[in-house]
Amino acid sequence: MYEGAVQDLIDELGRLPGVGPKSAQRIAFHLLATDDQEVKRLVDALTEVKLRVQFCALCGNVAEAERCRVCLDPRRSDDVICVVEEPKDVVAIERTREFRGRYHVLGGAINPIENVGPDDLRISELLARLADGTVQEVILATDPNVEGEATATYLSRLMAHMGITVSRLASGLPVGGDLEYADEVTLGRAFEGRRVIGNDK
Amino acid sequence: MYVSHLSLLDFRSYASADVELEPGVNAFVGRNGRGKTNLVEAIGYVATLGSHRVATDAPLIRSGADRAVVRTRIVRGDRASTVELEITQGKANRARINRGQAVRARDVLGVLRTVLFAPEDLSLVKGEPDGRRRFMDQLLVLMMPRVSAVLSEYERVLRQRSALLKSARASRRSGGSSRAESAAAELATLDVWDARLAELGAEILSLRIQLVDALRPAVAAAYEQVSDADGDAEIAYRSSLPALSAGNPPELSTGPGDNFADVGHLRDLLLEALVTARPQELERGVSLVGPHRDDLVLTLGGLPAKGYASHGESWSFALALRLASFRLLGGDPQNSADSPAFWDPDLGTDADPVLILDDVFAELDVRRRQRLGDLVLPARQVLVTAAVAEDIPAALEGVRFHVEPGTVTRD
Repeated sequence: MYEGAVQDLIDELGRLPGVGPKSAQRIAFHLLATDDQEVKRLVDALTEVKLRVQFCALCGNVAEAERCRVCLDPRRSDDVICVVEEPKDVVAIERTREFRGRYHVLGGAINPIENVGPDDLRISELLARLADGTVQEVILATDPNVEGEATATYLSRLMAHMGITVSRLASGLPVGGDLEYADEVTLGRAFEGRRVIGNDK
Repeated sequence: MYVSHLSLLDFRSYASADVELEPGVNAFVGRNGRGKTNLVEAIGYVATLGSHRVATDAPLIRSGADRAVVRTRIVRGDRASTVELEITQGKANRARINRGQAVRARDVLGVLRTVLFAPEDLSLVKGEPDGRRRFMDQLLVLMMPRVSAVLSEYERVLRQRSALLKSARASRRSGGSSRAESAAAELATLDVWDARLAELGAEILSLRIQLVDALRPAVAAAYEQVSDADGDAEIAYRSSLPALSAGNPPELSTGPGDNFADVGHLRDLLLEALVTARPQELERGVSLVGPHRDDLVLTLGGLPAKGYASHGESWSFALALRLASFRLLGGDPQNSADSPAFWDPDLGTDADPVLILDDVFAELDVRRRQRLGDLVLPARQVLVTAAVAEDIPAALEGVRFHVEPGTVTRD
């Protein structure tokens, strides 16, 4: 245990995701040794982010106004919505430049152990966006783990009779990898989701 | 296959150790508490990614160290591979095969296969069902490493589903209207978990039923050989599914023409049972249907081994289960005629699993000792630990190692 302020800082840092007590201690002493100007910049960034950034009222993505950049972009298509768990997933998909529709951020996945149920996710907001009939397709891009799959299944059942195409991102082989090194689950999924590239019948 | 080299770093009582092993019999002799079992435990860990003594990894790391490293060299046919595992407390283990890129620890499964006999095996016969379920599941993973992914996903779904049932029960009890509403919404997701549970559960159930079917004749034969008695040792799978246990006797087998092991059929049965069980599940807040409630029933001359078998008979039964596993894994050519259809092993050359006998002989009388010694002798490699050299049957001649705290020397 350290004296007052230092220990407070270590405790606060230790609460951040992915930071254990040892790392918290290291960061705290790094900050103590850093000159004031640099620490000030960090403090400003923290304050700024809480002041300026909010969540988009429509899709739930991070935004610097009431609507996020994607929702405001008139060039994007309104027919397709891609449903993701977290704002960082939006960034990941945006990097591909493959998708030109809109997003919907759920804010997590169904996870009873963590006490997260469908009511804790932005699901009613999603259903509201589907009500006016503009949206033709919903792409479920939740994580390919137990919780993400359960969320996707739950959503697909909710939307089953709404006259909307519901699709799920394919799971498969990493590009540039070797087939023999793929694990059995991934390879099995890749087989399930194979595509026809030639059909003479 | 055999292990030709074992090196340990901060594993259990060893700061570091290097042991060259030979094919055939290798015996580790030393007084109790000197670290004999730690050596074979490390080899077992490389094969199964688990210890036969403890459920968590923490005790495997030498106290004071923050990680343990186990490196093994495994010879199969004329090919050798090295497997290196780094066990870090509270973190995912790291693995490396043939000094290549780090891979997930799970990818190591299948490189080395072991069958381990230990005093703890007695609980297979005398203990609770969870030990017998683990016995079946571990054997399935040794046969088909991909099963480990199915098992861990099932485990995860089960935990999520049970958490959901528990919180639903809690909010029903507290009776607040707002909580009851959110509980209703949560329950709407129960169907989703049911579907996943049935899907994965059916796969596990099907594999276990087929495994038990394949194992049954081998267990009966091995029991006869170990005990030299006409004991009629029988094994059968007991499912928690009412539809599968309605008959008399409640155990089931897959005779020709039965579709007990059909995954689609089992999934439908599981879904059906989940509907029936739901009121009771909500009442008690636990998952009552699925392979996690099943058992492997052991009977001796028609009577349940647990409770009826003597101490010696229980030991023979435990040994028979392990010997049968060894033969199923390709250890015994004379058994290959009735190798299971569900598992096309493509054993390739030199598929014999490594046999590990940890402190087993001290527990047996002289006759059982000798019989077991004769039975394991044909194996490609046998690793034996014993407190006194006299406990090891004379038939098991081979390399002897003397174990003192922290050091292993070849005699």
